Order: sequence, then structure tokens, then C-alpha cells
Amino acid sequence: MKILVINGHLIDPKNNIDGQSDLLIDQGRVAAVGTGLNADDAEIIDAAGLLVTPGLIDIHVHLRDPGLEYKEDIISGTRAAAAGGVTSLACMPNTKPVIDSAPIVEYIINKARRHGSANVYPVAAISQAMKGDVLSEMGELKAAGCVAFSDDGVPVVSGELMRRAFEYADTFGAPIISHAEDLSLVGEGCMNEGEVATELGLKGIPWVAEDAATARDIMLAEFTNSRLHVAHVSTRGSVELIRQAKARGVKVTCEATPHHFTLTDEAVRGYNTNAKMNPPLRRQADVDAVRVGLADGTIDAIATDHAPHHYDEKNVEFAVALNGIVGLETLLPLTMNLVRDGIISRQQAIALMTCQPAAIIGIDRGSLEVGAAADITLIDPELEWTLVANELKSKSKNTPFGGWTMRGAAIRTLLAGRTVYQR
Amino acid sequence: MNFNPKHILGIKDLSAAEIHFILDSAASFKEINSRQIKKVPTLRGKTIVNLFFEASTRTRTSFEIAGKRLSADTINISASSSSVVKGETLEDTAKNIEAMHPDIIVMRHSASGACDYLAQRLKCSVINAGDGTHEHPSQALLDVFTIRQHKEKIEGLTVTIAGDVTHSRVVRSNIYCLTKLGAKVRVAGPRTMLPPGLEKLGCEVYTDLREAIRDVDCIMMLRIQRERQGKTLIPSLREYARFYGLNPENIKLAKPDVIVLHPGPMNRGVEISSQVADGPHNVILDQVENGVAVRMALLYLVSGGEPLQQN
Amino acid sequence: MSTESVEILDLDGVNRALTRIAHEIIEKNKGVENLVLIGIRTGGAYLGEQIQRRINDIESVTVPFGSIDITMYRDDLASRGHLAVGQTDIRFNLDGKRVVLVDDVLFTGRTIRAAMDAVMDLGRPQSIQLAILIDRGHRELPIRPDYVGRNLPTSRNEQIKVDFDEQNIPRAIYLLKG
Repeated sequence: MKILVINGHLIDPKNNIDGQSDLLIDQGRVAAVGTGLNADDAEIIDAAGLLVTPGLIDIHVHLRDPGLEYKEDIISGTRAAAAGGVTSLACMPNTKPVIDSAPIVEYIINKARRHGSANVYPVAAISQAMKGDVLSEMGELKAAGCVAFSDDGVPVVSGELMRRAFEYADTFGAPIISHAEDLSLVGEGCMNEGEVATELGLKGIPWVAEDAATARDIMLAEFTNSRLHVAHVSTRGSVELIRQAKARGVKVTCEATPHHFTLTDEAVRGYNTNAKMNPPLRRQADVDAVRVGLADGTIDAIATDHAPHHYDEKNVEFAVALNGIVGLETLLPLTMNLVRDGIISRQQAIALMTCQPAAIIGIDRGSLEVGAAADITLIDPELEWTLVANELKSKSKNTPFGGWTMRGAAIRTLLAGRTVYQR
Repeated sequence: MNFNPKHILGIKDLSAAEIHFILDSAASFKEINSRQIKKVPTLRGKTIVNLFFEASTRTRTSFEIAGKRLSADTINISASSSSVVKGETLEDTAKNIEAMHPDIIVMRHSASGACDYLAQRLKCSVINAGDGTHEHPSQALLDVFTIRQHKEKIEGLTVTIAGDVTHSRVVRSNIYCLTKLGAKVRVAGPRTMLPPGLEKLGCEVYTDLREAIRDVDCIMMLRIQRERQGKTLIPSLREYARFYGLNPENIKLAKPDVIVLHPGPMNRGVEISSQVADGPHNVILDQVENGVAVRMALLYLVSGGEPLQQN
Repeated sequence: MSTESVEILDLDGVNRALTRIAHEIIEKNKGVENLVLIGIRTGGAYLGEQIQRRINDIESVTVPFGSIDITMYRDDLASRGHLAVGQTDIRFNLDGKRVVLVDDVLFTGRTIRAAMDAVMDLGRPQSIQLAILIDRGHRELPIRPDYVGRNLPTSRNEQIKVDFDEQNIPRAIYLLKG
């Protein structure tokens, strides 16, 4: 079964391709790239006016499966991914039970393979049951197919345990993904500390709670000479700490979410629980710093921290609402806004969503050289559409972008040559 | 003017003219409280539910008396803030009460924004009797009413609000209320009790109480909320009293005719010494008295229907 | 829509009516002992002051005068939207007093009903009498004035306007035909 994508504008940052090019798919793999390709027996996809890119990769997703399927499951979550142009994702271990044993890793991988619309790469827990006491069986977890370790959602409080996690994970060649947060500084905070929190009478989370934890984990990574990936960087200070660490050769990478480069804590006004997440929406200065970090390469990936929650978990008083928003289906247009705003180039944008995140979790995806898996997203970067929360493919509708006019959308998503989404 | 609010959720939403209208209405209702028969039939047949998710004897009693003096049927419900833990959401609790057709729900809740939340979801009127550390509009209105009673006008006054601003729901409402009416507001406390960005609300921020009360017309002492206190904001009540307590010595720095307000209940010997609490400057019991009149005005103002066409 | 305005009483007419009412009050009560005047805000309060002055001219006694705001006693609050509540200012005891309520225009009688309730809440007067400048008919309650300046049959959609000057002294009365 051959597919020939013609007339499209191919962007493959890893191979430095950014121009008109055809692409031939055969047996689910890229068979040829170039102009004037011919294949009589191929299905033709006319991509005129569209970008043809490697399938997008989101390395920070909460699929909620197993255990919290009322929020999301592997089928619905990967369907949402496909609709957002995402063909590969890393899912976080704060499921029920926690992804801290090989059978759970295998369950996820197998279910995704059988029923999913995207490649799913589990991230396993650093500590057993994410309790911060005992290291998980990282060797076996890695062998079962996990790509990184994280206790995302809660920080590893003990410096000693974190040190050993770096060393032990490095033994098996996997990075540690840090959820950088000093809980003692967060306290009962439920939004960014600042004038909006003061006005609304909500307890604040100060930026130093993130910066202090980022600093510790950078120092531990430097000390152990191990790989650190900092999840959802949201503060000016964290961006700067990572920039400095990179300059002195620390093996650190990081990601930022679309909401942290799009919204400020002003979005919380009206006690909007769909603007409640962790890390919280910050000040404009932080948003600007994240944007600069994306532009200058300090930030390596855009990841959504897709965090589905049931309506009932958000339809409550602000202080007791759960943290997080869905993000897979808004990743692409919000990132394209950065291109329109002149913050990053189009090629940079695609790199931040493809080859760069692939490199962080060490997966063989995110590029379109001959022989690569034909995970491909056809993008109309200027298509205007209105986001209607209830029309999202995700089981959960907790988005702060309801009613927004979005620009840019996946028109067709192919997973190993198979169309998993078509607009 | 025509002021016909559906809800009273906070002072932030009110204009100076609306605040004056409420205060003028309260002045009319105040007369009833000194009669032998302290009851008028104004809200006869109306049902008011005092839905208190947090204990507050003073505010609840004041609203209850206000409702009863207007001939409304007032019902007190003490709900647990942990209804979520018990499985019932705030929305369900409130909708159950609404199904019994009250006209007004007066609500106190530990979560900031809880009253806004309910007002968006209920058909009846909602009066905020204190939501978390957000607003407490009736308290600010009675404070300002009391200040007006003693100083005749608010415009041009300098008022210092001192104490645990972080845990106070009174501060925001009072800053809005006083500044809208043309007063200067100073806020004072140790830095651990001053949330960032306070000055953006329209006040000057002080960390030295003595500086903060110099030459002011009014001092409003905030209660140290022992029950809300974490362990980290102040080392001890003893030290707090020394640096942030109002006493016969430091009060001399204020204007000679300064008045002292306190939303109560007081911690004598902590934020306010007994000499000051019982001294000539205190108007604390006036505040309590005026609270009933102000709340009568609020209940009256939210319970009007649609204006008739002029016949 | 044009409104036609017809003068019912001019300044002299108003003054004569008020003077006559003052005489009738004294006559009916055989003097001014235990007599108090309560004007219903706002028009009735202004007129009450005038009657107080006239009684003083005749008897050289200043009878106590107070004003009452009946907003809190209205039976149509819910449908009226918000009326500003005025102040009641009565600085004397009403127990055992002969109260003369004063209002400018008597119409359905509901205002007087509210005023009587308000007075009863303030004390236990020996009697309540009613003085009215214009009785325009259309009563909805069994209420009858004791002193009337002028009976004036009207239709329901007409209005009576009592015009006061800056010192709150009545100048003239108009019938507005809508």
C-alpha cells in the first residue's frame, strides 16, 4: 500500500528540509522524498497549501489509563492526539495504579498498539507509588519500554532520593523528568502569587517555589553527570537557571506548555477553574521569558501537560478544583501563534514539536528521512476555527480556550502511513 | 438614583454613588433599631436563608436580626465546608436549598469566590457574608457607615488598616469602599502578613505600625485569626503585640480625635490593648449596632422586583 | 404624548384650605391638648409644617410635629423595584396622643393604611385622624379623611401634582391629564 503526498510544503527540521517536496510512503515507512515523485499504484494525497511535517510529538500527556478512565483513556486520549496532529506522546505515571511496574508499562504499550491512534511511550515513576521513598525498578521498567522517569505531579522531596534516581536512571540510559516544585513554599497556594491572587483573595504559589526546585535538580544533575529534563517550565527564573546550566555543559533539557506561553494569571479572574493548573499561570514577565527561552533554544520542546479532568472536578470552588487542562488539541494553533508573533520561525516551531522532543525521550520518531516510520501531519497553519470545548475529542473538556478563535489545524494525521485523523 | 442589585457579592463591583445609596438607606433603617417595637413589615413573606459554611456568630446573628426586623422569615443553616468530602458539592447543597424557594441566600464560605460561584448558578439573590479571604462587603459598609457617623464624611480622611492582611476578608472590601468614597487608605503589618501587590488595590503599604498611624483619622485593627494562622507568619503573639498591637502609647501618634474600629471578635492584649478597646477612641460597639442597619438595607435593596411601568 | 395641566388651586386657594383645616382640627379636638401632627413624607410633611404654623397662629401653641416615611410599610415593594427609604423623624412619644396624619393627596388609601401601621409601630395613640389637601377618590380601602382641603373627582389615569417652592411651601395644585 503506497501513498504519495504531493504539492505540499515539507518541513523536516532534523534533515533541514523546508520547501516544496513530495513524499512517498510505502508499507508505513517513508520511501522517498523529493520533487516530481511518481508512483502509479499509490493513493494520492494532494497537500497543496499545506505543511507536511513529521507527526507531532508531545512528551507530557496524562492519559489517565489505567484507573482514571472517567477522565480519559488510551483510546480517547490518542484520538485527541491525532486530532491535534500528534502521533507520538509520552504519558505520565500518575495513574491508578502508578506506572511503577513492568506489567503496567506493557499494558499501556499493548493497548495503545492495539486500539490507539498514536504511539504511546510510557514514563515510569521515579519512586514506587510516587511516594518519594524507594526507587522504582528502573531497569525492568526500561526493559519493558518506558522512556524516562518522573514523579510528575509531585516533586521528589528528598534530595538524597533524587540524587540516587539520577545515578540509577543513568545506569539504564534514561533521563529524569523533574516536576520542579518546592512544596513547602507552595503550601495551600492555588494560583500564582501576585496582585491577581491578592485581589481575588486566593493563596499564592510564589515563583521561587519552582525556581528553587529547578535549581536543586540542575545541581544534582550536574553533580551526578546525569540527564535532567525539566517539565513545564513556567518562570523567568527557571528559564534563566536552565540557560546558565546549559552554558556550562549540564545535561539538561526542558519543555514549556502552550498555556504558559499564552496566558497569564489574569485568566484566573472570575475564579475560572479552567485556568487552574500546576505550575500556575504566571505573570506577563514569565510568559515573555518562556517565549525568549523558546526562541533562543533554552527550551527544547513544547509539551502540553494534557491533564484531563471531569466536569465535576472543575465545577467547584476554585481552591478545591483539580489542577490541569486538556492541551493536545490546542498545541498546534497556539504554537503557530508564536510564529505569527515573530517569536520563532516556522521550522523552529515544528522542531519544538517533533525532532527535539523525540531526542529528549530517545525515540526514533520526529523526522522524515527515507526508512523512517510514516508518522506525518498535514497542517494548514492559517486555518481559522473556533474552539468549542464540548467538541473536543478528549473525554474531558477542561480548557480555558473555549470560544477562542484558533489559527492553524491538523488537516490529516497519518500514523505509520495509516490515516488516524482527517478534518 | 435607581439601585436595584440582584446580588451583593463585593464592594469592587459598586460605584461610589451606589455605596452612598446603601449608607443612606441604612441610616433610615437604623431608626427602627431604637424603637420599642423593632419591626417593620417591609419584607413580610420573604424567606432568607443564612447559609453559613463557617462559624460566625456575629455576622450570622446580625443578618438574622436584620431579616427579622424587616419581618422576613430567616432560617439559619450551618453547613460543613467539607461537604465535598461528604460527597455533596456546594452547587448541590445550594440548589437543594433553592428548591425550597428562598428569596435571599446570605452566604459565608471558606473558599474565596464561593459566592460568585453560587450567584452564577442560582436564581435567588445572594449576599456575600464573607468568602474566604476575598470580600466581606457588609462588614466594610458598616465600617464606613460608622466612620461617616463619627466623621460626617469619608472624603479626605486617612484610614489605617493594620494586622493580618493575608488572612483578612475585610481588608479588600474596606480598601475598595474607602478609596471609592475618597479616603486615603494605609495598610500595615509585618511583611509576612502583607500579600504582594496590595498597593495595586489603591492603598499605601507600611511595615511600621507607628509610621502607619501617624496623623490618621481612623484606625481599623484586624483580628489575628488564630484559627487561620499557619505557624510561619509570626513567631509569637507576644512579639506581635509588641510591634503591631494598638496601645495607649502608640495611639497618641494618630490625630487626637482618632476613632478605632475592630471587626471583632477582639484578641485583647494582642492586636488591641484593653485600654484602647475600652477607651474613648473606640467605636467598636457602634460598628455592631450599625451592622444590623446596614444589613437591613442590603436585604431590602436586593429584594425588589422589576420596576412597574409608570401608570 | 402631551400632558395637559390644569390649575386646581392657586396659592390663595391652598392657603385658605390649610387655614380652614387648622381651624377644623382645633374645633374637632376642642383645643390642642394631646394633639400631634405627623406628615407623610414628603408632600404631607411639608403641609404638616404649614398646619403646625397656622395652629400656632390661632392658639399660640406649638403642637409637636414629626414626619414619617412609609416606604418600609408599602404593600407593593416587590413590584415597585427599589424606592429609596426615607427617614422617619418623630421625636416625641405617641402613647395616648391624638395623632393627625397629614398628606397631600388621598387616592387609593394604601399610603394611609401604611402610615397608620407605621404610627401604631411607634406607639399607642388615643386616636388617629386624617387631614388631606386633595381627595381625588378611587379608594381601595375603607379609609375616610377627617379634614379635606378640596374634593376633586378625577379619572384614574390623571395625576395630581402639588407644587412646592424652595422653602417647601405649597404654591399651587395642578391636575395633569395624560
